[in-house]
Amino acid sequence: MAANMPPPVDKSVPGYVEKLTYLESLEAPSEQRSRRLAARVWGGLWPIGLAILIVLALWQLIHLSGWKKAIFPGPGATLSNLWHQLQTGLLWQAIATTAQRAIIGFALAVLIGAVVGALVSRIRPLRAAVGSLITGLQTLPSIAWFPFAIILFGITTQAILFVIILGAAPSVANGLIAGVDYTPPLLLKAGKMMGLRRLSLYRYLILPASLPAFVAGLKQGWAFAWRSLMAGELLVIIANHPSLGVLLSTDQDQADMASATAIIIVILVLGIIVHSLFSLADGAIRRRWGLTGSS
Amino acid sequence: MVRQVSSVTVADRRAAPPVGGQRDSVRLTGVSKVFGRGESAVRALDNVSLEVPPGEFTCLIGASGCGKSTLLSLVAGLEQPTSGEVSAGGGRVAFMFQEPALFPWLTAAGNVELALRARGLGKAERRQRTEELLDTVHLTGFGGKRPHQLSGGMRQRVALARALAQDADVLLMDEPFGALDAMTRDVLHDELDRICAGRQLTILFVTHNVREAVRLGDRVVVLSSRPGRVIAEFAVPIEGPRRIDSAPVAELAARVTDRLREEMGRDGS
Repeated sequence: MAANMPPPVDKSVPGYVEKLTYLESLEAPSEQRSRRLAARVWGGLWPIGLAILIVLALWQLIHLSGWKKAIFPGPGATLSNLWHQLQTGLLWQAIATTAQRAIIGFALAVLIGAVVGALVSRIRPLRAAVGSLITGLQTLPSIAWFPFAIILFGITTQAILFVIILGAAPSVANGLIAGVDYTPPLLLKAGKMMGLRRLSLYRYLILPASLPAFVAGLKQGWAFAWRSLMAGELLVIIANHPSLGVLLSTDQDQADMASATAIIIVILVLGIIVHSLFSLADGAIRRRWGLTGSS
Repeated sequence: MVRQVSSVTVADRRAAPPVGGQRDSVRLTGVSKVFGRGESAVRALDNVSLEVPPGEFTCLIGASGCGKSTLLSLVAGLEQPTSGEVSAGGGRVAFMFQEPALFPWLTAAGNVELALRARGLGKAERRQRTEELLDTVHLTGFGGKRPHQLSGGMRQRVALARALAQDADVLLMDEPFGALDAMTRDVLHDELDRICAGRQLTILFVTHNVREAVRLGDRVVVLSSRPGRVIAEFAVPIEGPRRIDSAPVAELAARVTDRLREEMGRDGS
């Protein structure tokens, strides 16, 4: 009988398992060699540069065509206006005020959104009652809240912050709820078998598992917060308190198109900077989790 | 000790006095499990009785849809039987799934360590035990890798280390090597043998691979399909280290396969 058996592999040879482990490790997804930083930055920057060039070229063409020439400045006039404004304290003061409101408003929105999201995802009756309300609030254009906020708080920063929170918190809450809902059932089973219960189940399993969805909620919440803030600064103009909205509003009153366009560029750039910070966080999580499709 | 509500059982198991391997058997008595209600109800298990004495390695085998996985979930306390009684013997229960089910935000070591943390071990002890466990599954030096950086076999070894970290008395394994290639599976069989030899582990191992069942088990239990019933049991009287391609294993596997075929023929499937 032994003669029919295939020659045995001697598994007692030292290093047999180590060798196999090594072979297995070759099969493991290869380490993604991160390209040099300079190359990565260049790879990210040139498409943006190209897009800007295309926009400037189209803009210049429209300007050259003579359409509304009297009031519509070309890129040259606008950019030099922007350059001059950047030398003044007023624009920087306005940026500081607006940034401060954005940070405070968004931070409060994240806090409130996270608390509400955590409660709603945890407590079933609350889910039925508040869940659809949150989604409803999310679709409500937050600018509709301004009359309400102005009557309630007057022409104050609080009125603006109030609307930012109402605009951004539902997205943050919904992001967290989605993350908790979509925690993979298999991981939940594994966590329960490990003996994770209640708070520890939340801390070590459900919260980390919902991080990607939460960051997506933050990203969306930020977009809503930024829009609400701009709408608010145009509507709630506080005297002697320059903000980007106030500058825009002044430009409108004085029909200063070059300055108005320059301020819009500032707002656009600020929005893009914050958005890319969220994208960086999102990318870091994806890489950590091995969710990136590229190799 | 009969399970009542799943949310209390782990606490109960933890509170159970450790009586040095003198656990009760894992016992199912007249267990039935029906999913759904009315016309769409599916009877997954029908009047299953099974006893696995402490330290025994029992393999459950059957065609797909025979309720093998359901049976493990019942023993684990993840689901409740529709009727009958299930007892895990009062010890701690660990579960290994077909997928590694590792937490992607933690490293291999972090995954193992979390199981130790759930048991309430201190930091220094956790670190030391994690290292030992990774050594045990031959993953020395891979602790810092994240699950997606490991191969399928290595991930399943991390899952095994994590299950061992729970210091369980009962280890439930639901086709844990089903998704691996034959060579990797073969090595993991050897490792499982070696690991079991040093511990008083009661194992319930579900597979649809007859040779794997005979290779690993002290006993092979055959279940029928839809609903699952115990239709045959085979003791595995092969002493010493077995090889999946050895003649005694092949011969017994053939007998088990015949019994399975007979059952499938009866179904007409």
